[in-house]
Amino acid sequence: MTTIAADGQIVDDHAHDADHKPAFFQRWFMSTNHKDIGTLYLIFAIIAGIIGGAISGMMRMELAEPGIQYLTGWVGAGASMDEALHLWNVLITAHGLIMVFFMVMPAMIGGFGNWFVPLMIGAPDMAFPRMNNVSFWLLIPAFLLLLGSAFVPGGTGDGAGTGWTVYAPLSTSGSVGPAVDMAILSLHLAGASSILGAVNFITTILNMRAPGMTLHKMPLFVWSVLVTAFLLLLALPVLAAAITMLLTDRNFGTTFFDAAGGGDPVLYQHLFWFFGHPEVYIMILPGFGMVSHIISTFSRKPIFGYLGMAYAMVAIGVVGFVVWAHHMFTTGMSVNVKMYFTAATMVIAVPTGIKIFSWIATMWGGSMTFKTPMVWALGFIFMFTVGGVTGVVLANGGIDDNLHDTYYVVAHFHYVLSLGAVFSIFAGFYYWFPKMSGRHYSELLGQLHFWIFFIGVNVLFFPMHFLGNQSMPRRYPDYPEQFAYWNEIASIGYAIMAVGVLIFFVNIAWAFIAGRKAEDNYWGEGATTLEWTLSSPPPFHQFETLPQIK
Amino acid sequence: MTHYVKAWILALGLILTPATAMAQDALPAAPGAEAAPAEATADAEAPAAEAAPASGLDPELYTPMKPTEGVGMPVDGGLDFQPQVSETGKQAKWINNAILLPIMTVICLFVLALLLIVIVRFRRGANPEPSKTTHNTFIEIVWTVIPVLILLVIAVPSISLLAKQFEPAPEDALTVKVTGYQWYWGYSYPDNGDFEIISNMLPEDEANARGEPFQLAVDNRMVIPVGKPVKMLITGADVIHSFAIPAAWFKLDAVPGRINEKVLQIDEVGVYYGQCSELCGARHGFMPITVEVLPEDKFNDWVRANGGTVKGEEAVEEGEAEADADAETAADETTTEGAPAEAAAAVN
Repeated sequence: MTTIAADGQIVDDHAHDADHKPAFFQRWFMSTNHKDIGTLYLIFAIIAGIIGGAISGMMRMELAEPGIQYLTGWVGAGASMDEALHLWNVLITAHGLIMVFFMVMPAMIGGFGNWFVPLMIGAPDMAFPRMNNVSFWLLIPAFLLLLGSAFVPGGTGDGAGTGWTVYAPLSTSGSVGPAVDMAILSLHLAGASSILGAVNFITTILNMRAPGMTLHKMPLFVWSVLVTAFLLLLALPVLAAAITMLLTDRNFGTTFFDAAGGGDPVLYQHLFWFFGHPEVYIMILPGFGMVSHIISTFSRKPIFGYLGMAYAMVAIGVVGFVVWAHHMFTTGMSVNVKMYFTAATMVIAVPTGIKIFSWIATMWGGSMTFKTPMVWALGFIFMFTVGGVTGVVLANGGIDDNLHDTYYVVAHFHYVLSLGAVFSIFAGFYYWFPKMSGRHYSELLGQLHFWIFFIGVNVLFFPMHFLGNQSMPRRYPDYPEQFAYWNEIASIGYAIMAVGVLIFFVNIAWAFIAGRKAEDNYWGEGATTLEWTLSSPPPFHQFETLPQIK
Repeated sequence: MTHYVKAWILALGLILTPATAMAQDALPAAPGAEAAPAEATADAEAPAAEAAPASGLDPELYTPMKPTEGVGMPVDGGLDFQPQVSETGKQAKWINNAILLPIMTVICLFVLALLLIVIVRFRRGANPEPSKTTHNTFIEIVWTVIPVLILLVIAVPSISLLAKQFEPAPEDALTVKVTGYQWYWGYSYPDNGDFEIISNMLPEDEANARGEPFQLAVDNRMVIPVGKPVKMLITGADVIHSFAIPAAWFKLDAVPGRINEKVLQIDEVGVYYGQCSELCGARHGFMPITVEVLPEDKFNDWVRANGGTVKGEEAVEEGEAEADADAETAADETTTEGAPAEAAAAVN
């Protein structure tokens, strides 16, 4: 521990020379500064998002009409039809893993968490700045391993075609070749990165709050990151164990998931979803936190039911650990197990409802303005409600029998993720972008981005409910022509959404080229947390004198 | 490209006449009425069916039945679930359409209405001075308790549906063992001499020739008797597959090393399609399921056509079979699929 203390001393020394920044390489490749690491995370998430989004574009192209149109071309000349179909499975796997592990998580936790947790609690930096650096730089090889896996043999063709869930035995005896091993190692690295990040956030939040800031005075975004960090810390080791067992089953002759040796393929699913269900809350909780601040800021009113909001997140986190088998309703569970998981899953709707209604109550009586972050937050509330109610449908084990693994499920989780989590990411980005960059974006382009994206994702994902009702299974590269109509509509929706994303990038470019300089607190009196007491962008080292919270 | 054109014509039709969409809701009301004509046409067409002799079975005993459009298969542009032909399926569809869907719609509209109200009433122009209210214990209790009550309303029928779905098959129920392979299905009939049907997807031209939907139609169907509980034993031979019949609200994973059991009872004669519903490798999308439900005598004819034995015809053997039904099914596993059966024993 002495070394850490010594490092802290050195940082303090540097802090004396007025906002001195290290040279380029040292600053961006050896960074220990939470804001720079947050920026790196955000850039990383944007790059991963472009790749993951492009892959979904390929998928929507292929699905736009019945028949295999593009896969045979993409897989290259001389490849068999089966290799082309395997490419499809590689695409769905990559899309899922990239969006979950390399886009949403880095953006929310690594990006906004790193940037604003220390600022909001009045801390000079994270508790373990070097570990913070390790967390980020583990993601790069993780991502490269995953991308690289697409170019090595993975069974029928190149790449890991197991789905993001990596179910055994398709991922063990069903996929010969190094691709799946590379994907597993990629998850190991990404998981290690997140565990280190979680340790860092928990330590920072519990130990480095400014004097006077009790847990019950902590901003809700910090609460959300704290709960998320605990979920990460408890869930990811289980994933690590499960995929390590996959590795040994694949390479060292163990039979954890092979019935012929006394194992059980369903055990893998239990382990995976014990991680996987908390994971979906990991992806949405920081969004809850961000939306709370945005709603409060633009209503010029403090958050309604602060304690209820904080403990609703805690409740969601706790209950999130005891509902995992609702992802496995068709694996052949007994009736009592199905009944339990049905009931437990529905319980989650209660704290979620508390949050939705508290946001509305925050706006009630407020004096609202509808700047870009606010319209994204409003869109988030409604779209998350839509995704939430379909979740209640799927929670019913008896109803889920027909909907499981159909497009209804795809519609549901895209409503809570692509319209929920992603909306909150955009809301947070617009809310804090001038704070982070010191430049204003174009309000017009931001509004345009919202409306086009909003229309696009709804046209893209709403018809998937109908496809699911009609029982179109997930993960199909082709479909009977009876599914053609809604698939065509969904692909049109993708194109609309893509235009929206394009506007987003134009807007960022515009901000850096022509954006006005941002004031310290550009949202005015509604914005009350500590980051608004600092300049935009904040100094390289902030809070050298700790702020006092009354 | 014809699909494409057809899709658009259907699409335009749907957009121009909202009545078309309504008509689909009317469909589920009449499956009982439709089933009988379907049977009749199948009979009438029996002599002419040499256009489709691919079943390879004695046409005097069995000719594949023609599917009924819109039953047992998806319809283009469809919104609702497929018409249900099993009791639990009807119950499940009712729970969804009569309880869940209205509750979902009301909740979404309620939230939307609240959002619109705050947007209009509490915009800065209308309300320049924000209130400072941050607590109201009463309303917080209300919005905690009311969702709990709504969930209870959902949970009661939902749990009773689950209980019904898990009612065990009677002792004399017909057993069909389903095995998922990469990438086709096998159906064996241990009560009928243990023959196995291997079921592969039909290529597009053959499916069209038989008047069946491509990517749903198979060469050899799974056939079961109408109105009788069938004990489905489902397992996988290589990786996990999932056996699904949307029209019967039936889906159960085919897990290697496990034998999953569930009762399937379809109350209407007809042809019902499903698709593999668990990612199982390259041709996951191309191993459909076709179930043909026949009256008992026709089912028996089908069994004979496949060289199987009909249960009632060997009364002595049947007694034995019933006596050690459980042991027999276990033994059957060994004869059809060595490795998974051993594994299953290990799991059990």
